Amino acid sequence: MTGRQFASRLLELLVVLLGVSIIVFLMIRLIPGDAVAIMLGANAEITPERLLELRTRLGLDQPLPVQYLQWMGAALQGDFGTSIWTGRPITSEIAANIWPTLELSFLAILLGAGLSVPLGCFMASARGSVSELAVRMGAIAGLTIPSFWLGIVMIFLAASWFPGISTIGYVPFLEDPLGNLQRMALPVIALSLPMLANLSRLVRSAMLDALSQDYIRTARAKGVSPRGIVYHHALRNALIPFVTSVGVSAGYLLGGSIVIEQVFAIPGLGRLVLGAITERNYPLVQATILVMTFAFVIVNFIVDLLYLVIDPRVAHR
Amino acid sequence: MNVAEPWRFLARNRLLSFAVLLVLLQVLLALLAPVLGFQDPYHQVMVQRMKPPGELNLLGTDHLGRDVLSRIVYGYRSSLLTCSVAVLLALLTGGTLGLLAGFHRGWFDRIVMRIMDIFFAFPIMLLAIGVIAILGPGLWGAALAISIVYTPIFARLLRAPALIVCESDYVMSARAVGASDSRILFRHVLPNLMSLILVQTSLLLSAAVLVEASLSFLGLGAQPPVPSLGLALSEGRNFLMLSPWPAVFSGLAILFLSFGFNLLGDALRDTLDPRLRGHE
Repeated sequence: MTGRQFASRLLELLVVLLGVSIIVFLMIRLIPGDAVAIMLGANAEITPERLLELRTRLGLDQPLPVQYLQWMGAALQGDFGTSIWTGRPITSEIAANIWPTLELSFLAILLGAGLSVPLGCFMASARGSVSELAVRMGAIAGLTIPSFWLGIVMIFLAASWFPGISTIGYVPFLEDPLGNLQRMALPVIALSLPMLANLSRLVRSAMLDALSQDYIRTARAKGVSPRGIVYHHALRNALIPFVTSVGVSAGYLLGGSIVIEQVFAIPGLGRLVLGAITERNYPLVQATILVMTFAFVIVNFIVDLLYLVIDPRVAHR
Repeated sequence: MNVAEPWRFLARNRLLSFAVLLVLLQVLLALLAPVLGFQDPYHQVMVQRMKPPGELNLLGTDHLGRDVLSRIVYGYRSSLLTCSVAVLLALLTGGTLGLLAGFHRGWFDRIVMRIMDIFFAFPIMLLAIGVIAILGPGLWGAALAISIVYTPIFARLLRAPALIVCESDYVMSARAVGASDSRILFRHVLPNLMSLILVQTSLLLSAAVLVEASLSFLGLGAQPPVPSLGLALSEGRNFLMLSPWPAVFSGLAILFLSFGFNLLGDALRDTLDPRLRGHE
């Protein structure tokens, strides 16, 4: 990777981050009618004084560019203002809810990506029309099973087969490691299934691709063992597209975790943003969407760089 | 092409015909629901609450004594209506933008695709939730949210192949004999992208079904008492220990609908473009 490549990627990243922040900023201004009255009306009686006070507090009485600069400037310093109803700083509300979401996403990526490599390799070795069809149907089913439905069914089955085991809610890992993992098991499985289906199909086709290359024939001719060919020669090359897909999947996972958190009563960012929508706490909605999207964009930026590092063909282009 | 041709075509492709059958069955159920003699999905019979599947109600009744089967069939209606409106809207806006970007290139391409990149940067569900936060919950809000999420996807999907087709020899020769821009676009470029559009629309419809169901499940899509698959799942969840049937059947319905469209797209891809076989 050259310095120029890095600089151009970095510039792209900044443009996207700027655009994302402008869209999120404009959100509250696009609400039909008076957003401040809607916000106020959801929780208190509307009086002209209260309207004016809230409008001033949110900085909505200033020109748009000034509002944006103030909002973004504060946000970059980790200050999203205070939540309208609880009066607590929005940053600390997000900080209180971020760990369950991070743990859920991290474990789901670990499980989905980890299992997909051996599964994909196995699927690549299973040839023939029947197994081919089974692989295809299985992958599509895994992709289209509604994860929240799977979660509900699993909660139901767990409750009927192992009554007394708590499968919903959340306890911090540091307080009760076993209880934490026990409650995380089902949501992680439900969340990682679509990813597992997607990635294992990808590994399979990348493996089939790699196995039909000339260098595999050369390796075979030199007398490399079948296992050596699969793991040392084919898999290494097959994993290149895999890395990019893991990054993209992270976004689906963040979205999926919003729904899964609701199913399993996990107090994460998803629950925070949904609660904020219900009580029309728009600054909190904005802040949560901004934080989650920035995280997603930056993860993909890092994956992009990784791609440049592991695939010399791209780096030398 | 004579009338028998499509049938022979389907007979040769068993996977495709199975997918077509699966989708057609569900679409017809949704379209013809009012004339097929299903029970009134809004009718509550309080003494018949949470009944298991039986003779009177083939799939049982929900927590308000409504027939689960007709709730599901009418749920197909709202889900299919929302998703097809959303995907069609996204195809029209995003597809046109991508096509024009690939055709004109230059500054138009750069500006349009940069804006699409920015929308593309949002995780799908999060962008949809943001749009609904602005518009307020409801099926139309959900439809618009899904179409906004899908617009950059269609733009990206169509831009690259449009670029390639526009550089091909036959487009160049069409231009050489003096064909107008619109003639080139509609007579030469678009027909070449038709199979791609068909495949991707089907795949994206499959995903849209899941997004709509998720949104309704979260209370951001369909509002009670509208029959909706996602909503039925979230209502059924509260009575799971008393009667799991409404939740189980509505989930299966979502699965079949999404599965059908995904299989259709997958099989279409194989049939329409054998070169793509085995590639993701």
